[in-house]
Amino acid sequence: MENENLIDGTNSKSPSFGGVGESPYIDLYKSHHESIKKHSTVVMNHIRDDAFALFEELHFPTVALENYKYTDLKAALSIDYGLNINRIPIPVNPYEVFTCDVPGIQSYLYFVVNDAFYPVNDARNKTLPKGVIIGSLNQIAENHPELVKQYFGKLSTTKKDGLIAFNGAFAQDGFFMFVPKNVVLDKPVQLVNIMRSDVDSMANSHNLIIFEEGAKAQLLVCDHTVDDVRFLSNRVTEVFVGENATYEHYKLENTHTKTTNLSTLLIDQQRSSTVLANIITLHNGQTRNTIEIDIDGENCETNLCGMVIADKNQQVDNFTSIIHNKPNCHSTELFKYVLDDMSKGGFTGKLYVAKNAQKTAAFQTNRNILLSKTAKMRTKPQLEIYADDVKCSHGATIGSLDETAKFYMQSRGISEKEARLLLMFAFTNDVIENIRIEALKDRIKILVEKRLRGELSKCEGCVICQ
Amino acid sequence: MLQIKNLHANINGKEILKGLDLTVRPGEIHAIMGPNGAGKSTLASVLTGNQAFEVTKGEVTFYGKNLLELSPENRSHEGIFLSFQYPVEIPGVSMVNFMRSALNEHRKYKNLEPLSATDFLRTMREKKELVEMDNKLANRSVNEGFSGGEKKRNEIFQMAMLDPRLSILDETDSGLDIDALRIVANGVNKLKRPDNASIVITHYQRLLDYIVPDFVHVLYNGRIVKSGGKELAYELEERGYDWIKKEVEEAP
Repeated sequence: MENENLIDGTNSKSPSFGGVGESPYIDLYKSHHESIKKHSTVVMNHIRDDAFALFEELHFPTVALENYKYTDLKAALSIDYGLNINRIPIPVNPYEVFTCDVPGIQSYLYFVVNDAFYPVNDARNKTLPKGVIIGSLNQIAENHPELVKQYFGKLSTTKKDGLIAFNGAFAQDGFFMFVPKNVVLDKPVQLVNIMRSDVDSMANSHNLIIFEEGAKAQLLVCDHTVDDVRFLSNRVTEVFVGENATYEHYKLENTHTKTTNLSTLLIDQQRSSTVLANIITLHNGQTRNTIEIDIDGENCETNLCGMVIADKNQQVDNFTSIIHNKPNCHSTELFKYVLDDMSKGGFTGKLYVAKNAQKTAAFQTNRNILLSKTAKMRTKPQLEIYADDVKCSHGATIGSLDETAKFYMQSRGISEKEARLLLMFAFTNDVIENIRIEALKDRIKILVEKRLRGELSKCEGCVICQ
Repeated sequence: MLQIKNLHANINGKEILKGLDLTVRPGEIHAIMGPNGAGKSTLASVLTGNQAFEVTKGEVTFYGKNLLELSPENRSHEGIFLSFQYPVEIPGVSMVNFMRSALNEHRKYKNLEPLSATDFLRTMREKKELVEMDNKLANRSVNEGFSGGEKKRNEIFQMAMLDPRLSILDETDSGLDIDALRIVANGVNKLKRPDNASIVITHYQRLLDYIVPDFVHVLYNGRIVKSGGKELAYELEERGYDWIKKEVEEAP
C-alpha cells in the first residue's frame, strides 16, 4: 500500500514494548515531548507537562476504579497504536470519505481527521456571522492566544482522570468554536471526526467551544471510521456556555467494531443558560462517554439524553454527571439502551446537588431493553443531595420487550418481527424527539430503523462498508 | 365458519377450558356469558393465539383450516379479530403507523399492493366516523392516555379497519357508560353482514340490549353448560348463575 510507509513513519512509539498499558506511552512522552510541543501551540503546551505528571500518577483507568467499573480498557490498550506526533498530513479527502451526510441539514461543515483539524476551504463556511471563529485549536491559539488561554484547560485540568490527563499530555490540536455575545447561528455546525489510517492508530484531540453571553448555536459531532484497522480515539471537549446562551450538542457515533472511542465532554453553564446534549451511539466497537455538566449559575436549563443500539460484542458505557452548584435550576436526563447478542451496556447517572442549590429540580431516567439472554446492562444512579428544598427523582429499568404489546400488535395482523421493530423504535422515540434539528431528526429516525432492521450491521457512510 | 371441538387449555399448568364445543356460522351473533373465572377470556385468548395459554386437547377449525397451527398474525389475516377486554397502551407507536402496518400486512397476505397514503387516510377517516372517534386520538400513540371508553371505541375502530370475518368482543361493555356503550354497539351493528359473525363475551345482559344475539351460551367451569336464544340472557339477568351451577353439579 502506498501510504503505509508514510503513516508507518509517523509511529514514533517504540513497538518493542509490546504496547501493553501505559509504560510505552510514558517512555514515548519522555523521549519525544520536545517534538510533541514543537508541533503544537504554547497554550496547549502550557498544561502539557503537568498533565503528563498526572498521567504518570494515575495511569490508564482500570475496572478497579469505581468510575470505570463498566469500562474495561485492558484489551483496547494492549494494542500497539501509532501516534502522529510529527503531524505528518494524512492523505485523505474528507469530502470523499464522508458520504453519510445528513441530507438537507445545511450545516457549516468541518473535519478533524484523526487528531488534526483538517483545513477546508468551503464556501458555505464563509457565510458565518461576524465574530464567529471556527477552526483549528492549534492555529487559533496562535492567532488569538488571549482568548484561548482564558478558557483552555479550565475544566479539564481539574479532573483526576487518567484519560483526560493522557489527552492533556498528547493532544496537539482539535476543533475550536467561538460564538460572540448575542450571536445566533442560523445553521448547525457539523464536526466530523474521521479516523483514517493504514495501521492501528490512536488520536488525541482537544476541542474548545466558547459561547459568550446570549450566544446560540447547535453543534453536531459525528464519529466515523474509514479504514479496516484498529483505532483508539481519546477526545476531550470543553464547552463554556455563557449567561443566557443556548448550546445544543448532538453526538452521533457510527464507527466500526474495531474502534475504541473514549470521549469526554465537559460543559460549564452560566446563569440562565440552556444546554441540550444528545449522545447517540448507533454503531461502534467499544465506547466510553464521560459527560459532566457543571451548573454554575441560577435559572439554568439542562437536558442530557442519549441512546444506544448495540449488538455483537459492542460495548457502550455512558458515565454522566450533572452538578447543581446554584439554586433554581432544572435538569432532566434520559438514556435508553437496546442491547442484543453479547453486547454490554453501562450507565452511571451522577447527580450532585450542592447545599445552597435550593429549588433544584432534577429528573433522571435510564431504561434498557435486552433482546438476548447474553446481553448485559449495568446501571447505577448516584444521587448526592445536600440541599433540602429540591425535587429530584431517578428511575432505572432493565427488561425485555413488552410481550402484551407485542401480542396486541400481532393480533392485528402485524408480524412478530415487525411488532418487535415497532416496539424497539417506539422505545427510542423519546430520545429522538429531543433532537431540535429537523433534518437530523428525520435522518436519525431512518438510521435507527435501518439499524434495528439489521440493515446497518456495519457503519453507514464508511468507505469500507460500501 | 368456526368449529371448536372438545377444547382443553391450561395456563401455568392450571386447566381452564375443559372440553368446550362451539359452532359459529356466518351471519350469526353468539353471546357467551358466565360467572367470573368460567374461562370466557381464556377462550378469547386461545382463539387468537396468546402464547400464555397451552392447548392440551381438542381442535379448532376456521373455514376448514386448523386455527391452532396458525400464528396470531396469520389468524388475524384469516379474518379473526379480538376486541380486547383491556386494550394495550403502546407509547411511541402512533395509531397511524400501527394501523398502516396492520392493514398492509393484511393486504400482503392477500397478495394485494400496499394502500396508497391517500386511500389509507380516506379509509381511516371513514371508519373513525363509524365509532365517532375524535380525530386527535388517531394522531396519538396507540391507546396511550385514552379513557376507558376511548379505548373500547378504538377497538371497534380497528375492527372496522380490518373488516374481520369473525369478531370476538371480550367484555367490550365493561367500564362503559351508557352513551359509550350505545356508540360501541352501534358500530358493531353497522359492521354486521350476512357473511361475518361475532362472539360477544359478556358478564351482563346489558350489552345484549344493543347487540342482539342469535344464541346465548353459558360457560361454566371450562365448558358450555347451557345454550339457548336471547331469552336465556334475560333469565340469567333475573336469576343469576347459581341455578346453573346447581344444575351442573347435580347432573350425573
